Amino acid sequence: MVARNTSTCSLLLNLFRLHRSSSVNFSFDFTDGQQQLQEAARKFVAEEVIPVEAKYDKNNQFPWDVLKKAHANGFMNVTIPSNYGGLELDMVSSALIYERFGYGCTGICTAMLANLLAETPLILAANDEIKKKYLGRMIEEPLMASYAVTESCAGSDVAATRTYSEKKGDEYIINGSKMWITNGGVANWFFVLTRNNNDPKTPVSKAFTAFVVDADALGISIGKKEINMGQRASDTRTITFENVQVPKSHIIGNPGDGFKIAMKTFDTTRPLVAAMATGLAARCLDEASKYALERKAFGTQIANNQVQLLIREQ
Amino acid sequence: MRALVAVKRVIDYAIKVRVKPDKTGVIKENVQHSMNPFDEIALEEAVRLKEKQIIKEVVAVSLGPSKSQETLRTALAKGADRAIHVEVEEVMAEKIEPLLIAKILRRIAEAEKPDLIFLGKQAIDDDCGQTAQLLAGLLNWPQAMYASAVEQESDKTFIVTREVDGGRESVRIKIPAIISADLRLNEPRYATLPNIMKAKNKLLEKRKPADYGIEIVQQIQILEVTEPPKRKSGGFVEDVPSLIVKLKEMGVV
Repeated sequence: MVARNTSTCSLLLNLFRLHRSSSVNFSFDFTDGQQQLQEAARKFVAEEVIPVEAKYDKNNQFPWDVLKKAHANGFMNVTIPSNYGGLELDMVSSALIYERFGYGCTGICTAMLANLLAETPLILAANDEIKKKYLGRMIEEPLMASYAVTESCAGSDVAATRTYSEKKGDEYIINGSKMWITNGGVANWFFVLTRNNNDPKTPVSKAFTAFVVDADALGISIGKKEINMGQRASDTRTITFENVQVPKSHIIGNPGDGFKIAMKTFDTTRPLVAAMATGLAARCLDEASKYALERKAFGTQIANNQVQLLIREQ
Repeated sequence: MRALVAVKRVIDYAIKVRVKPDKTGVIKENVQHSMNPFDEIALEEAVRLKEKQIIKEVVAVSLGPSKSQETLRTALAKGADRAIHVEVEEVMAEKIEPLLIAKILRRIAEAEKPDLIFLGKQAIDDDCGQTAQLLAGLLNWPQAMYASAVEQESDKTFIVTREVDGGRESVRIKIPAIISADLRLNEPRYATLPNIMKAKNKLLEKRKPADYGIEIVQQIQILEVTEPPKRKSGGFVEDVPSLIVKLKEMGVV
C-alpha cells in the first residue's frame, strides 16, 4: 500500500515536470523585423536577380553587378558581428535571406554563401586584430572571400587533407593544392585548412592548423574556372600554394585547432545551404504549377491530370 | 520644411486577385500585401527632397488594420523619420472611402503642419485616384496631381511637371500644397537591411479615427463584386491572308 502510493506520487510529480517543460510557447511566426527583411529580399530578388539569372548561367560569368547591388542593400555578410560593422543577424533571419536568393538563382546565392562560409571560422576563432582587418573590409567594400578546404583526395573526408604548413620562425610556409573552391578566382582572401605534421598517429583534433591568407600572397596560383553543369554563375577553381609565407598572427584559433574550427563552422552554414535548396525547390514548384495551369493536353490543363497518370505514361 | 506622405497597404501588384464566392469583395486573407506602388514613388520623392535638404522631416501616415504597421515600417526603412498609424478594425477597413481618408489626413495635417503632402496618384486596389484632390479641397490648398517632376523654385514655391493627356504641363504651386505622384516621377529605392534594422528605433505612433473626431460613415454601398466576363478562346491562323479573310468574314475590315 505504501509502495503503491509512493510510486503514484512520483508518477504525478514526473507528469508535472513534463508539463512544465513543455509549456514553452511554440511558434512558426516570424518577428516583424524578420518579415520585413524577408519582404525586402523577395523584392530585390524579383527585380534584380530573376531578370538576369539566365544570362549569367548561359555566359558562365561571375555576377559582379548583382553582388554589388546585394552588398549595397545589406544582403551580404549578414552574420558579421556589429562591432566590426556587420548586422549580426540571427540564424533564422539569415536563412530567410538565403532561401529567397536561392529561389532567384542558386549560382548567385552560392557566391554570397561562400563569403559566409569563409567568414564564420574567423568570427568563431580569430583574434580581434584579424577580425577587424578581414571582416571589416567585407562590410566596407563588395569583396568576396573563400573557404579553401576541399582537395583532390579530401572532400567529405576533411581529415585526409594534405596541404601542409611548416613552422619557420615567426612564419608558416604553406604547400599544397585545394580544389572546387567557391569564389576561388574572385576572392580577396582565403580561409585555409592545413595539416601541421605528417605523423599519421597525430589525432585529428591536433593535426590541423587554419589560416587566413590574402589572395594576392606570393606563391598562390589560381586555376582556370571549372565548367560545371549547374550554378554556372558561381566561380569554382583549383588553388595551389607553393611556399606561401603566412605570418603567425594569421593563424585562426590556436595551432592544432584547425579541424575543430572547420567543423564548428558547418554548424552555422549548413542550415543556410539547406535554406538555399529549399528556395530552389520552391522555385521549381512555382514554375511547374504556373505551367501546369496553362498547358493543355487531352482537352484540359495538365494540372487537372493526376500525377500518377503522367508517371504511368513514362 | 516638413512633408507628410500617405501610404496604403494593398494586395501586391504581382498577385492574381480572386473574387469571394459570396461576391462581397475580393479574397484578402493569406494574400501577399505591399505598399501601393504609387505611394512608394511619393515617399521616394519626399526622401529625395530631404536628401537635398529642402525638407527637414518626413512623416509617413497609413490608415488601416494593424498590419498597416508593416507598410509604415517599410516607409521608415526607406527614409521616413517617423510614422503615424490610424488603426481601423479589419471589418471597418472595408468601408473606408477616399473622402474619409481625406478627412483624417486633413486633421493630421492640421496637427502636424506640413508644407507638402505627398500621395500616390491612385491605389491599385480601388483605383479611385480621389484622395489627394479631396484633401486639397478640404484644406483649401493648391494641388499638383500626376507629378512627373518636382523642383523647388523659392522658399515658398515649387514647379511641378504634370502628366496630362496631351503631354506634360508645368504648374507653379505655393506651399503648403498637395502633390500626387505619377509613375515617371522617380524610381523608388529598396529598403536596405541596415536601414530595416535602424528603423526599429523610429517612432511609430498609433491613433484611432476617434482621436481626430472622425466617425466612419459610408456614402457608398458596394452591392456586388464579380469577375470580369470570361473571354471565348480564340483560334490560330496560318498566315496573313487567312487572317485578313477571317477579319473580313467578321465584318471587322
